Amino acid sequence: MALKRVHAVIIGAGAGGGVVAKELATAGLSVVLLERGKWHSAGDCRKDDLFNQRTQVLGAKFGPDDERNPRVLVDEHGRESVVVPSDGGYSNNAACVGGGTFSYGAMAWRYMEKDFRMRSTYGAVEGSTLADWPIAYDDLEPYYEKAEWELGVSGDDSNNIFKAPRKKPLPMPPLPPSKEHRILLPAAQRLGLHPFDIPMLRNTVPYNGRRSCMRCRWCVGFACELSARTGTHNTVIPAALATGNCELRTECMTREILLDSQGRASGVAYFDAHDRLQEQPAGLVIVCGGAIESARLLLNTKHRLFPNGLGNRSDWVGRNLQSHSYAGANGLFDYDTYDDLGPGASIAICDYNHGNPGLAGGGMLANEFIRLPYQFMANVPPWVAPWGLEHKEFVRSAYKRTIVLMGPVQEMPLFDARIQVDPKVKDHWGIPVARLSGTRHSHTIEIGRFLAAKAEAWLKEAGAIQTWKRGFGKSLSGGQHQAGTCRMGDDPKTSVVNKDCQLHDVDNVYVIDASVHVTNGAFNPALTILANAYRASANLLRAWKGSKAA
Amino acid sequence: MEVPGVRLKRRTFLGAGLAAAAGVTAISCARSQAGASWRFFTAAEAQTVEAICAQLIPSDRDPGAKEAGVVNYIDIQLTRPFRRYQGTYRRGIASVDAASRCKFGKPFVELNSAQQIEALNAVEEKSVAFFDLILSHARQGFYGDPRHGGNRHMASWKMLGLPFPPVRGRQHYEGSEAG
Repeated sequence: MALKRVHAVIIGAGAGGGVVAKELATAGLSVVLLERGKWHSAGDCRKDDLFNQRTQVLGAKFGPDDERNPRVLVDEHGRESVVVPSDGGYSNNAACVGGGTFSYGAMAWRYMEKDFRMRSTYGAVEGSTLADWPIAYDDLEPYYEKAEWELGVSGDDSNNIFKAPRKKPLPMPPLPPSKEHRILLPAAQRLGLHPFDIPMLRNTVPYNGRRSCMRCRWCVGFACELSARTGTHNTVIPAALATGNCELRTECMTREILLDSQGRASGVAYFDAHDRLQEQPAGLVIVCGGAIESARLLLNTKHRLFPNGLGNRSDWVGRNLQSHSYAGANGLFDYDTYDDLGPGASIAICDYNHGNPGLAGGGMLANEFIRLPYQFMANVPPWVAPWGLEHKEFVRSAYKRTIVLMGPVQEMPLFDARIQVDPKVKDHWGIPVARLSGTRHSHTIEIGRFLAAKAEAWLKEAGAIQTWKRGFGKSLSGGQHQAGTCRMGDDPKTSVVNKDCQLHDVDNVYVIDASVHVTNGAFNPALTILANAYRASANLLRAWKGSKAA
Repeated sequence: MEVPGVRLKRRTFLGAGLAAAAGVTAISCARSQAGASWRFFTAAEAQTVEAICAQLIPSDRDPGAKEAGVVNYIDIQLTRPFRRYQGTYRRGIASVDAASRCKFGKPFVELNSAQQIEALNAVEEKSVAFFDLILSHARQGFYGDPRHGGNRHMASWKMLGLPFPPVRGRQHYEGSEAG
């Protein structure tokens, strides 16, 4: 039975969907916000180093659950397997109110001007679908500012001479420096680099009615006990609900977008918390499920006019899956560098994001988030035996004497790094699951090697007695920073949505999340998703009001 | 719509948490004592897994995997999220014993330490999937949270000098020069 018709139904209460819900509800539209996960509270901050969103060995604490949500992964050798969220290859992002922003590390980066003009800056890269965004940094700048002030960002990027111009400074100061920060800062300065305090969606002073960070070690991957870390769950979503125009329905899994005989969207069909099939009629359907699930939903929406999936006339839905390939280095010191202060990551440089000879891009470098003992296993150098007394002795002696520097390489998009729907495997609700296949571009790997060497040099200057690089191979890149699968562009033949994030094929369906990113910068994407959601919402509302006036 | 958690009074909430925590501790401690039954392993398998883990993370001046009850962690998880690895373990343990008998004419647990290491070196090369699995599980059970059945008495956290209790934050921040 159909439910009461609303102006807009939004699928996914993450970074994108949260902002859109607030903007539309505030403008007076009736909104239903569907989220497949739960609404967790700060009280769910169980300090469990094996069961959280960062270390998922016993499951993904903030969803989705392993039992009901398989995917199919085709690896770089063409081997096919069914994977679950706690498997590495699954490319999981949290399924809960707030999405990734509920348990992320909260870095709040503005992409740089060149990040929107990668093709113009570097030309064609063989084998890659590298392209410019149809919008420029200047189009996004006012909305970056809006996100920074409305949600609340701390930090100080005044020493970052490479950043794109900003009109207003950040609303909150950075946290006081940790020991690691105090070691890395002068070393970077001696190298002629430009270190600064990472902007973070984290209260460092009371802001927006929430408290400031207490610097515990349970940060990235965990719920914030104080709600001092900022996501859409404790800002725009409560604001949307407070308007009285938005209804949030949790544990609701969307099956497909409903289309009328003309091929326009009329609502969505979803399974509610009790697995009952519901139909929600709506004038607008806004897809905000993240790059993998948004593409899956479009591909699972079939119609006489769209036999290969909605928005997929040109076969671009699900293509260009990209994320961030992290490269960097570990440094071992002969004294304690660890002071057990969260969140850990605090200092960064953007000296190597662009302008690197022979390379089409680069990446930011920053110190890594605070480590828990099991996570430290990844920090043991390759020359130490993986088991036995030697390994134990290294962990014991080095746990507090290492610093990790890493950065996200801006990836070269590949047409064949993609999401399809699997012809055989279905999830708990009988919906065909996402099928992931493809590889990383070889130039992405080259840039990673370059960045790792720079990280090593910084650690050596800081006094590391031994250093070793961290890198990545050819395997498909996904995970939390997933992006690119519903490319934004002016040409319907080579993109899925227009610059307003509206499907080229159907004018009342929008995709507003990282799926639309043409390229993904060399930064954590959250602030860009938020800013673009503000921008797309503003354009959507302008069009909507126009249609009402007419 | 309801925000989970917020309607519980703090005292109720804490009480429930403590009761649950106490229950978990009681269950965890009951295992790997004489006569205790295992959830997944046979008694012989448990002995073999314990001996393998004791080589992966040996005891020295600090406790190792055996003292920290890592086999207990693995046994519990094999009936929970690690159910899908049950077959890998059953076959893997058998292959370790087969390798030991083939080389030294005795099951793994009866070998001396040097022989066990030699047998494990062979397993590491021949049964890569099982070896990688048990190695990561041993690390989880040793370095991970005691609530899951391993890291008894927070052995590894004490070894690393991580302050107790593990939830610090507030106290630490107030006492820190950086605060």
